[in-house]
Amino acid sequence: MPSLKDLRNRIASVKATQKITKAMQMVAAAKLRRAQDAAEAARPYAERMGEVLANLAVAFEGRDDAPKLMAGTGKDDVHLLVVATAERGLCGGFNSNIAKLARERAKTLIAQGKTVKILCVGKKGYDSLKRDLGEHVIKTIELRGVKNVGFDNADEIGREVLSMFDAGEFDVCTLFYSEFKSVISQVPSALQLIPAHFESSEGEAGGAAAIYEYEPDEAEILADLLPRNISIQVFRALLENSASEQGARMSAMDNATRNAGEMIDKLTISYNRQRQAQITTELIEIISGAEAL
Amino acid sequence: MADTFQFELVSPERLLLSEQVLEVVVPGTEGEFGVLKNHSPFMSTIKPGILKVRKDGNAWDEYFVRGGFADAGPNGLTILAERATPVSEISADDLAQQIKNAEEDVTDAKDDEARQRASMQLSQLKDVAAALKAA
Repeated sequence: MPSLKDLRNRIASVKATQKITKAMQMVAAAKLRRAQDAAEAARPYAERMGEVLANLAVAFEGRDDAPKLMAGTGKDDVHLLVVATAERGLCGGFNSNIAKLARERAKTLIAQGKTVKILCVGKKGYDSLKRDLGEHVIKTIELRGVKNVGFDNADEIGREVLSMFDAGEFDVCTLFYSEFKSVISQVPSALQLIPAHFESSEGEAGGAAAIYEYEPDEAEILADLLPRNISIQVFRALLENSASEQGARMSAMDNATRNAGEMIDKLTISYNRQRQAQITTELIEIISGAEAL
Repeated sequence: MADTFQFELVSPERLLLSEQVLEVVVPGTEGEFGVLKNHSPFMSTIKPGILKVRKDGNAWDEYFVRGGFADAGPNGLTILAERATPVSEISADDLAQQIKNAEEDVTDAKDDEARQRASMQLSQLKDVAAALKAA
């Protein structure tokens, strides 16, 4: 049985914890807004890019001279998994969900006899993957000092991936990140970057593409845009990720604050009970002492 | 205003401009070109340079754009640029930094093709810097 003093101390410490989680929740809420705005602002660019690429890609569908980034290397022996996670923990299942998805994919690929290489973006993903897939991780990019993810950060990662592709270090590249559905729902997803494939747009878009005039020609534009597209996709994933992270942290901290509240209530009840019991015992002692006289 | 068309300038980070304009001059890779209303469907990559926009009368708004492409069509003109800054906000330091990066790219280039591309970027950037200094 803990003494009254112990109980008092515990209540005080849980209260302090509750204050911290509450503050973290509010910070996450504020950051979430900003992250959501950033994700929204980036959407028009990515969408237009997708449309244009889809238009161009139709012309190259199935052709032998299609760029490698689109057609692939013709093999799928070496897979590169780019795992984008957060730099910090305390955000519920956010990091572990992404890592889990990536790990499952890596395991199936290895079981199929493929070579797997992993590029970690964000420290937490590496932390959870290094235990069982440590020897597959070829590089970790940390965005620790970066407050707001800018296009430059994404571009750097995009270039890294591209230079590895050009050097023939992998055949297929898949990006793992968490899609932001809502504050309470983030879905870990996988997106194939290389070879790129586009959702074929409706028939009318194909018709419009036919009368387009290109300068320089289509092949050159496509060759110019495909590498850019990689950076754009990485950028979009990073933004989705940061919104998801804040959302996950917000709900995790909300839960933690509520749990702390419940704990305080329980501790207070047992503290009061024990205090009463102590008073009763003291009274009985006094009364029985008086009666004995 | 009968002769205006919809013009959008988009960078990965935000939508910079979306409005009705009279005329836009775009620094295309194979030369500058102007876009007026009802331009035929046309697509071009762009080189680092100054993008000029005329909203009304004879006043031109200038933007520094880098890397991306322009897409003109019946619905107007869309420019997707990796970097786009109003000329008034661009600082000489920033440009100098970009030139320095480009110079590094030239020295780092692994094959001739990459080197050629990098040095082209560099010379275009230098053009822009010179043009801005003169202005």
